[in-house]
Amino acid sequence: MNRLTEKLAPWLFTIALFVIWEAVCRLFNISTITLPAPTAIYEAMVKHWWPILTNSYVTLWTTMAGFGLAVIFGLFLGIVVGWSRTIYRGLYPVMIGFNSIPKVAVVPILVIWFGIGEVPAILTAFLISFFPIVVNVATGLATMEPELEDVLRALGARKLDIMLKVGIPRAQPYFFGSLKVAITLAFVGTVVSETIAANKGIGYLMTLAGSSFQMPLVFAGLLALAVEGIVMYAVFAYIEGRMTRWAFRSSMNTAP
Amino acid sequence: MVIIDDVTLTYKGATPAVTAVRGTSLTVDHGEFAAVVGPSGCGKSTLMRLVTGLVKPTEGTVSVDGALVTGPVKIAGMAFQNANMLPWRTVIDNVMLPLEIVEPHRSRFRKHKAEYRARAEALLATVGLAGFGDRFPWELSGGMQQRASLCRSLIHEPALLMLDEPFAALDAFTREELWCVLRDLWQRLHFTVILVTHDLREAAFLADTIHVMSARPGRIVQTKKVELQRPRDLDICFEPAFTDIVHELRGKIAEVRQA
Repeated sequence: MNRLTEKLAPWLFTIALFVIWEAVCRLFNISTITLPAPTAIYEAMVKHWWPILTNSYVTLWTTMAGFGLAVIFGLFLGIVVGWSRTIYRGLYPVMIGFNSIPKVAVVPILVIWFGIGEVPAILTAFLISFFPIVVNVATGLATMEPELEDVLRALGARKLDIMLKVGIPRAQPYFFGSLKVAITLAFVGTVVSETIAANKGIGYLMTLAGSSFQMPLVFAGLLALAVEGIVMYAVFAYIEGRMTRWAFRSSMNTAP
Repeated sequence: MVIIDDVTLTYKGATPAVTAVRGTSLTVDHGEFAAVVGPSGCGKSTLMRLVTGLVKPTEGTVSVDGALVTGPVKIAGMAFQNANMLPWRTVIDNVMLPLEIVEPHRSRFRKHKAEYRARAEALLATVGLAGFGDRFPWELSGGMQQRASLCRSLIHEPALLMLDEPFAALDAFTREELWCVLRDLWQRLHFTVILVTHDLREAAFLADTIHVMSARPGRIVQTKKVELQRPRDLDICFEPAFTDIVHELRGKIAEVRQA
């Protein structure tokens, strides 16, 4: 396979997916209520472009707000957890337990606390996406080579020195890697919350469209979400590549 | 310079508790090149951690430079079997790492960076890495990384250099080359060295004194002065006096492995 086809492959596969989808819908004469064909979805998109756009924007900014909180809080908690073995052991079970709670179950509580609107969506996005960041940062810090720590401690380095010179730079690839996972999870959180309790956002739009059986519009909402997810993923994958180029390069050449 | 007096170290965390060294005594003079050899798993690396103050002895005392060791000694340079270069730093920044930690360099580092940089470059040149400072470690071969690691352990001019099988992962030719690099550095700077190794030729070629450790729990069972003239050349490895030493040490190690 030459380089050009390799570059075009993602587009070709996506187009192929839609073509097959369209063909299946026409071939088996599937009703629009069950599964709308891409052309029907496209029509709905063109027809309702303004509500889709405005609601997408709401979903995007609430997601980014929740994700931003998750980055700050996740980074902080990750460093705390990775700092010492005792904190690691003490806090980990609590976090696992917290992460096991389906976030759908938390939304009603958030609504009681903060009312219907953007705040529960932001918080749900935050709650669902901070966990991978914490785990990755903590793992990056905890897996430091003991010899390296010995070298620095034998020089009289304090724990803070070791963290600043080795721990934190070393955890960077873990951190940036986790952002890709976290951003997609943040979208899940926002949409879950919007579906249950909101008056704006793609989740709300889809619920509304679903209740009046406008299936093409529901699917248009899904597609809008997928596009936002892919774009944000690509942004963070790019940032990851830029920030931690050494990690990708050095893994090719494993030490002596 | 280093006095280990009747030291026992038991790792209590393990079940059953593991005694790594028992009743070990060892003295290394100022400026001396000492080597510790022994069968694998005999607690050689533990000895290093004891001397640098990274672990505390269960019994006995360790003193370095006249003072009792109670915490990390702060004057030691260390190098290990793996070069342990930080992949996000260039070679020269890796070499300068100790300067960012050890006083008085630490507080002078920002202001006098150019001066320190020149110093690191000069040191890199002495190990044959002139012009490689701005490369990243992963662009270097294993032997070159190990040279850089040696520079990192020496840049702050430590009074004590601790080497834990630093050449074990290298091929035979590179290893011999680095023996000479270390020999020249030591002859020029005259620091005290404790070299832990399982390569008897390496010990005999480089050291003034060779200490043989028994199997675990380790203790020093023999101390052998190497009376070969300095400076030594690689050809010395083929002289009878040299091979006699290696032969004798080998016999001793075979004996302690059996016991």
